[in-house]
Amino acid sequence: MEAILSFIEQNPITLYMLLMATYLGFELISKVPTVLHTPLMSGANAISGIVTIGAILLVRQSAPDDYLSLGLGFVGIVLGMINVVGGHAVTNRMLDMFRKK
Amino acid sequence: MEAIVNLSYLIAVTLLIVGLRRLSSPATARSGNLLAAVGMGLAIVATILSPIESGGNNYTVITVAMVTGTIIGLIMASKVQMTAMPELVSLFNGLGGACAVSISLIELYNYQKLMASGSADIGVSMGTHLTTLLAMFVGAVAFTGSLIAYGKLAGKIRDVYIPFTGVLNIALLVLIIGLTVYRVFSPDATFTLPLMILIVSLIYGITFVQPIGGADMPVVISLLNAFTGVAAALAGIVYGNQPMIIGGILVGSSGTILTILMCKAMNRSLLNVVIGGFGSVAAAKADGGDKTIVEATANDVAILMRYASQVMIVPGYGMAVAQAQKACKELDNILSEHGVSVNYAIHPVAGRMPGHMNVLLAEADVPYPKLLDLEEANDLLKETDITLVVGANDVVNPAALDDPSSPIYGMPILEILQSKAVVVLKRSMNTGYSGIENPLFFHEKTKMLFGDAKKSIQSLIEEVKSLG
Repeated sequence: MEAILSFIEQNPITLYMLLMATYLGFELISKVPTVLHTPLMSGANAISGIVTIGAILLVRQSAPDDYLSLGLGFVGIVLGMINVVGGHAVTNRMLDMFRKK
Repeated sequence: MEAIVNLSYLIAVTLLIVGLRRLSSPATARSGNLLAAVGMGLAIVATILSPIESGGNNYTVITVAMVTGTIIGLIMASKVQMTAMPELVSLFNGLGGACAVSISLIELYNYQKLMASGSADIGVSMGTHLTTLLAMFVGAVAFTGSLIAYGKLAGKIRDVYIPFTGVLNIALLVLIIGLTVYRVFSPDATFTLPLMILIVSLIYGITFVQPIGGADMPVVISLLNAFTGVAAALAGIVYGNQPMIIGGILVGSSGTILTILMCKAMNRSLLNVVIGGFGSVAAAKADGGDKTIVEATANDVAILMRYASQVMIVPGYGMAVAQAQKACKELDNILSEHGVSVNYAIHPVAGRMPGHMNVLLAEADVPYPKLLDLEEANDLLKETDITLVVGANDVVNPAALDDPSSPIYGMPILEILQSKAVVVLKRSMNTGYSGIENPLFFHEKTKMLFGDAKKSIQSLIEEVKSLG
């Protein structure tokens, strides 16, 4: 309990940010036509690939001979980049179909 | 340098928010996706350039990994068939979850090393430790859960009913919470416990999704997408990285809302979906009685349609499988030339994902205003002369309206029996994806036209043409 309180004390801005971003997410999506559900889900999926940043930071912060970190970090970046690039590309492909031809 | 990195992060986050906003409106969706992609790219570049306190940078490893991931992602996205999109999204989502797992695993391991050397300030790190464990748990569930969802949608994993999964899932969840709490309050020098939490979390992801089947699959993918977002945000807290936190939470909350919207469309609660069993429980069979079906020929149907004034097409997953969307559009064109008004009734959960049908029909150049949502379609169905069901089943099952014993009782459906006549294009008399028998097929208004949907529509086109 004490640990949780001290965590709150040390990260107030982060917690407010969480609160507002959560609310923002709710508001952004609340009025979406069905036609866009699949592309939206796909686009949001691509955005969740932002976790790749964590993998990049991890690899950068690792010692050059820390092979465990480098190895798993490498895997993390590859998977994350597939998520980001593939996600945006496939979303774009879906949305291309809505374009007036 | 630090100021530039922070400014870039600020711009990147703005782009992500604006991008997501624009993604939710048809006119701006493409630009929204591009803006979000630019924001993502900016955040990644800024991360690569940001100053770090220690470490070897290892730019070679990062470059090789990024190039590899980019190439694989582009190939997968460009090769996928439009019918297989839902499973690809699920697969991508799983990979994001796996990324969260790999980084939190390393962070936990490093924390372990710090602790062993006695240099970790326990009071300060406890919150971080808990957050990392949570990121690993949520990421692991998103990872294996998405793979199961992928396998199910791709037809590689069958719906198998395993007894007591409800109890098993609760037991696993309690075990994970117990182990996590124990770990946070009494961290010791061995790494066994975090690994155990990881393994149980991975198993939980499997048992969480396995019992869910049938029409609920889209809901699960959306939910798992929200999970990956939350995992990214939790990892972002560990790194104190704002783009990760905001981007992750945005996906977490918007994914949750999308999940709830989908549940509402099916008139079911999220809890109900998660408890599962929709597609796995033995289907409620309508009891005996004389059930006759009436088969129609393409010629009959063509005449009906040619001289109708209002035709409604109801697409379902069968249209996607048969790739019949272009044929639908062609039939629409010919009928429109004869003054027939043709519209499309899109049920919110038709296909394997919400909006699945819209995407396919848009691919075939069907104008957006012709795609009617549930309410509009039900209004127009009262004035419709003939409804053509192209590979849809559960979303037009009248049992949802009048049979309380049906598993889909209460789900809003397209009330196509309001129209004067119904023609169902169907491959065979098999039940729909959810395994529920459909009384529609035996209704007196209904005629069946068996065969591949695309071929059936093509023969309809020929017949309409020959009528002149």
